Amino acid sequence: MITIDSLTKTYGDTTVVNHVDLQLPDSGVTSLIGPNGAGKSTLLSMVSRILGADAGHVSVEGVDVFKAPSKQVAKKLSILRQDAHTTARITVQELVEFGRYPHSHGRLTPECHAAVAEALEYCDLVDLAQRPIHQLSGGQRQRAYVAMVLAQDTRYVLLDEPLNNLDMVHATGLMRLLRRLADDKGKSIVLVLHDVNYASVYSDRIIAMRDGEVVHDGPPEAVISEHALGDVYGMEFSVHTVGGDRIAAYFR
Amino acid sequence: MAPSRSSVAAAAPWVAAAAVLVLGVVSVFIGVAQVDFSAIWSDPAARQVLVQSRLPRTFAIILAGAALAVAGLIMQHLARNRFVAPSTAGTVDAAALGLLAVTIIAPGTAIMGKIAIACVFALAGTALFIALIQRVQFKDVVFVPLVGIVLGGVYAAIGEFFAYRTNLTQTMSVWMNGDFSGIIQGRYETLWLAGGVAVLAYVFANWFTAAGMGEEFATNIGVNYRLAMAGGLTIAALVTAVVVTTVGAIPFLGLIVPNIVTMMLGDNIRRVLPTTALLGAALVLVCDIVGRVVIFPYEIAVGVIVGTIGSAVFLTLILRRSNRYATA
Repeated sequence: MITIDSLTKTYGDTTVVNHVDLQLPDSGVTSLIGPNGAGKSTLLSMVSRILGADAGHVSVEGVDVFKAPSKQVAKKLSILRQDAHTTARITVQELVEFGRYPHSHGRLTPECHAAVAEALEYCDLVDLAQRPIHQLSGGQRQRAYVAMVLAQDTRYVLLDEPLNNLDMVHATGLMRLLRRLADDKGKSIVLVLHDVNYASVYSDRIIAMRDGEVVHDGPPEAVISEHALGDVYGMEFSVHTVGGDRIAAYFR
Repeated sequence: MAPSRSSVAAAAPWVAAAAVLVLGVVSVFIGVAQVDFSAIWSDPAARQVLVQSRLPRTFAIILAGAALAVAGLIMQHLARNRFVAPSTAGTVDAAALGLLAVTIIAPGTAIMGKIAIACVFALAGTALFIALIQRVQFKDVVFVPLVGIVLGGVYAAIGEFFAYRTNLTQTMSVWMNGDFSGIIQGRYETLWLAGGVAVLAYVFANWFTAAGMGEEFATNIGVNYRLAMAGGLTIAALVTAVVVTTVGAIPFLGLIVPNIVTMMLGDNIRRVLPTTALLGAALVLVCDIVGRVVIFPYEIAVGVIVGTIGSAVFLTLILRRSNRYATA
């Protein structure tokens, strides 16, 4: 369980995240949705200690993420940011091996090699293992980063807008992969999504934010409704049931 | 390209090591004093030339070349810009400024004290550069090293001002222009410190690779980004300070060698550091040998030779690759 207690972030006069209290589950897929500027990414960055908080606490299974040694936190949660691009020319395998750093401090154990091989296999990257990451397509590179957090083998995997810049083929492929991670390996996947329908189809729980606060929180049936979505985004939605999934239309 | 890369990577350090060995032997045999090294065990004069002059010079070249190349490798990776090196980030000029300060204020200071002061200046000068480029929004790949070169020019101008008033301009130019001709036993041993620091860089190589991937990347895997940055820049500053104090700056070495090696082998610091160090040593050996041979029995300072080759390679790299890596 990740416990978020009165977490706050302010930039000048603007409060981006306003005293948020939340508990994130220890398994399943949890999506954060909301309009631009709602504070979703800021919240996720603070939970993963990449960004300091102005007030409040975050603890992962009782470990305070801001106060505990960074390496200890790195064994419990991993964060993948959309702007994780780099100019460094390292191979997919080398990138994935970095996921083992919290466990081995750079000297890979046989256990590490097994975890790296498994992560590559799981993300369908075996053929690309020796390719430099800057030569990959956007979808392949995103998979490589997912393989890295997979090799890091943390219970909690946080992803900030992982579908950005992916076409529908790669976006759906990635969502399936994340769902599989939650189902097969019992991980807790927490991700920021802009596409409410991916959130609806793949999540166990959806947390909707607006103006730095959580305004709706519940299973897709509760949050993907015309009333709730209209409240979050301030525009009109019509929600349909398609093949058992709740799909929101908002194009007109 | 992909399949051959790992075999290139495996062979590269051995090829570079062989080059250093061969060039090192050549370096030992070149000199004004005609020495018959077959008589080394019977002729004390020959032994004296070898032990007091030729070997120290060769060791000095290898240590300085290797350490400066490593310093450049770490700097370009941490700054996330391939054109950032001790000579393009103001590090060298700041080290010389520190050396000038200690020479004016406390001329009797022992060599280690001078190195320490030069290191503090080099670190402060480089930190100012890093702080500047982190604040600037316009992070063009060529603009960043130009800021460093301008900043280095400012440090040099301050140094020039005080050097002129204290009759030390000639001493200043000696620090700025590497030369191994004065190296004898007892005058180069501080360079082992630079060599040791380069080995230390290898121990912490994974830190630097992670930090160069960005603050968030490093934090996620539990690497303290600020500590890695501070550690890496301290290593670069210390190496620069030792080299400037002991033999004088070798311009562009820390820039071209890491660029050539990482172009072939990628940016995993642990994997490329040994080859970078060896190639740095080999390049300075070649340049020093050339400098000793072209106007024999006189010498051209190694800084001039490396600077000539280096500036040409630097221009080529900037013109050829600037666009490709601008925002990659």
